Amino acid sequence: MQQTRAVEIGTGLFVLLGMSAIFFLTTQTAGGERFSADKTFEVQANFDNVGSLKPRAPVAMSGVTIGRVIDVSFDPVTLQANVRMIIDSRYDQIPDDSDASILTAGLLGSQYVGLQAGGSDTYLENDSEIYFTQSAIVLENLIGKFLVNSGSGSDE
Amino acid sequence: MPTLFKDIYEDTLEFVRTFGAFQLFFLRLVRHTPRMVVRRPGLIIKQIYNTGTLSLVIIMVCGLFVGGVLGLQGYSNLSRFNAEDSVGAVVALALLKELGPVITALLFAGRAGTALSSEIGLMKATDQLSAMEMMAVNPVRRVLVPRFLGGVVAMPLLVAIFTCIGLFGAHIVAVDLLGVDVGAFWQQMQLSVSADDVREGVLKSFVFGIVASLLAVWEGYNTIPTAEGVGRATTRTVVITAICVLILDFMITAVML
Repeated sequence: MQQTRAVEIGTGLFVLLGMSAIFFLTTQTAGGERFSADKTFEVQANFDNVGSLKPRAPVAMSGVTIGRVIDVSFDPVTLQANVRMIIDSRYDQIPDDSDASILTAGLLGSQYVGLQAGGSDTYLENDSEIYFTQSAIVLENLIGKFLVNSGSGSDE
Repeated sequence: MPTLFKDIYEDTLEFVRTFGAFQLFFLRLVRHTPRMVVRRPGLIIKQIYNTGTLSLVIIMVCGLFVGGVLGLQGYSNLSRFNAEDSVGAVVALALLKELGPVITALLFAGRAGTALSSEIGLMKATDQLSAMEMMAVNPVRRVLVPRFLGGVVAMPLLVAIFTCIGLFGAHIVAVDLLGVDVGAFWQQMQLSVSADDVREGVLKSFVFGIVASLLAVWEGYNTIPTAEGVGRATTRTVVITAICVLILDFMITAVML
């Protein structure tokens, strides 16, 4: 009887340990924000340069994910990149003069769209467009500017 | 010359026959499974203990050091590109998708698979299986099914434990010893690991669990009932399991990509 009890306790411990390991792996390693919302509305924005923005990238406001990018395409008329994104319908009071910029999570992280609230009394709704946009910072351009500036600085 | 062709013909036929018998054997185990789960869960729990709990020590120690060496290698190679913060992502992806399932399966074959096939082989060599049949007890149902199921249940749990301990080992080496930032370690991991990666690892662990236990039970059941036969069956279990696991690993990865 004692033998069986030990076996049962051992088995129970093993299974519990395994289950908690699976739980840990699914919740802690896989991750990032998963954006999911029942109702969403779609907005679009034109950028001069989207950098390496990809569909499914988060759309964040004050650092909180409120939507995601669904499509990135090139507009042959305006010669700009057109980004379409969906935003959770709960956030229906975002001023329509808010500006969108493409930011990078961390130094080498993935890129996302950050919205900065404006001051308008009218709000973003389905199919509206964000007019104020700021392109992604491209490291090469930045280095180029830095070199030019430091070059002119040393002349003086 | 005709004898040569005859030999090749007979060897091929024998191979195909063994392969077919193996499939039928698997179906036989599956057919008896529901009944055993309902009627004799105690037997299965005993086998989960034998294959799972008793393998914990080897799994945990190996996991710790595999994770540690991944952390070490990842750090030293990534720091050439000043990307040592990504070591968490590298270790997590390697462990979840490949090393966790594969190394656990190989350790499982060595630790539990050999125990299974030598136990069943010895039962056969000492006529215990025939004795059961004499008493109208089906040895497939009474002996093989619980051992098979025990392995199938234990394997995914062992893989998960191995992977967790591996991450822990990598954390010790990379964060505590080499000074990678703890936040960067976990954030890079969470950014690059998706639910699909976890799912791939879990799928592999289930497949390997079925294959490793099935082969162990099969080799034991088909042991030549002598002392030498038992030894040979044990060796074959490890060899064939290792080959099958690595081939299947390649195939699953190719399909999942």
